[in-house]
Amino acid sequence: MRVAIVKYNAGNIRSVAYALNRLGIEPEISDDPEVLRSVDKVIFPGVGEASTAMRYLKKDGLDKLIPSLQQPVLGICLGLQLMCAHSEENNTDCLNIFPVQVKKFPSQDQIKVPQIGWNTIHELKSPLFKGLSENAFMYFVHSYYAEQNPYAIATTDYIFPYTSAIHKDNFYAVQFHAEKSGEVGSQIIENFIRL
Amino acid sequence: MLTKRIIPCLDVKDGKTVKGVNFENLRDAGDPVELGALYSQQGADELVFLDITATLEKRGTLVELVRKVAANINIPFTIGGGISSIEDVSACLNAGADKVSINSSAVKNPALIDSLAREFGSQCIVVAIDTRNNQGIDLVHTHGGTKATAIQTIPWAIEVQERGAGEILLTSMDHDGTKAGFANVLTSSISHRLQIPIIASGGAGNMQHFVDVFTQGAADAALAASIFHFKEIEIPTLKHWLADQGVSVRTN
Repeated sequence: MRVAIVKYNAGNIRSVAYALNRLGIEPEISDDPEVLRSVDKVIFPGVGEASTAMRYLKKDGLDKLIPSLQQPVLGICLGLQLMCAHSEENNTDCLNIFPVQVKKFPSQDQIKVPQIGWNTIHELKSPLFKGLSENAFMYFVHSYYAEQNPYAIATTDYIFPYTSAIHKDNFYAVQFHAEKSGEVGSQIIENFIRL
Repeated sequence: MLTKRIIPCLDVKDGKTVKGVNFENLRDAGDPVELGALYSQQGADELVFLDITATLEKRGTLVELVRKVAANINIPFTIGGGISSIEDVSACLNAGADKVSINSSAVKNPALIDSLAREFGSQCIVVAIDTRNNQGIDLVHTHGGTKATAIQTIPWAIEVQERGAGEILLTSMDHDGTKAGFANVLTSSISHRLQIPIIASGGAGNMQHFVDVFTQGAADAALAASIFHFKEIEIPTLKHWLADQGVSVRTN
């Protein structure tokens, strides 16, 4: 089993690599199209700001490569947002794998933005969540969210319900940090590896 | 629903946990990684490792600790202690830290918060504020709470948010070590003025104190050290009790 992590300026590459190590996998951290096309699974991590991340991806041609990948791809956190069509974060056009808009959580009294901490996922419908129960807790850190859409495989409530995981063809993405969500998060990564 | 977080804090010196630790089921009670892993299994929501080593090789020991924690623990953790530059933060994040905490260095050079937030994103920048009340005025203290500054706590909290901090770790020196409860009034007045989450610290002595800091204090997270290390309160018991009191916590 060869697993690659897309190498760009994402902040959580190391954490994802350690999560894979704990499953006995030594990932290849790479921006080489040959490597990314040939491995069995690709993980597209992400922490940071959307327009800066897109700039890095374009510089290396990864903005064209990622949507063309054929094997299972898992986006994490900002990775999910970048796989959508457009983000309100600095009005950024993204990879458009999912025709979904990414919006900013509204400012409201007594509601903190970013959402930081453990929240639940429900309406689970994907082999990605095999072995998980409804309302499993995941670790989230984000100010922007994917609005509810037909590709949803998990929903989370913060201010209102939003889509916290999506799936289309060979592309999967989760808004939460599966790599930092304890044993349950580790189970999701293992499920992805076994797809 | 987003839950309130319980965060054990581990003080580390020369790679070992320093505050007395009272766990007979650990092979090495001084090993911060093993203790952190135990807290994680018990349901801690995050961990904070505070390196209080004062040596020239500081960054090396800090980064080594980060690497060990990141390799072995699958919940988020913050590393703090003497971090004062983009290079320090970069080294910690590259080794696998999720967040870094800065304190005295931010007071000395507030623009550091801006540059760190720009470089790495607000989500990984925690600004720790040590506060003590001096004749009715809450003042920011540095160097482990020993040195008073002329900076008032609430305006400073607002400033660090504006400069790009992602969270504030607020430690009341008046309450720290007293086991008489958190500084709920101050925590609440900061939490209500700010959009970013507040981690309250200092004063935890019993389980009701945690309920109070989440309700009266409007804290988003509560941090404690010795009550966990000495098993005066165990995390699973605390979390179930909080849930029974109507505080939303992660229990699975």
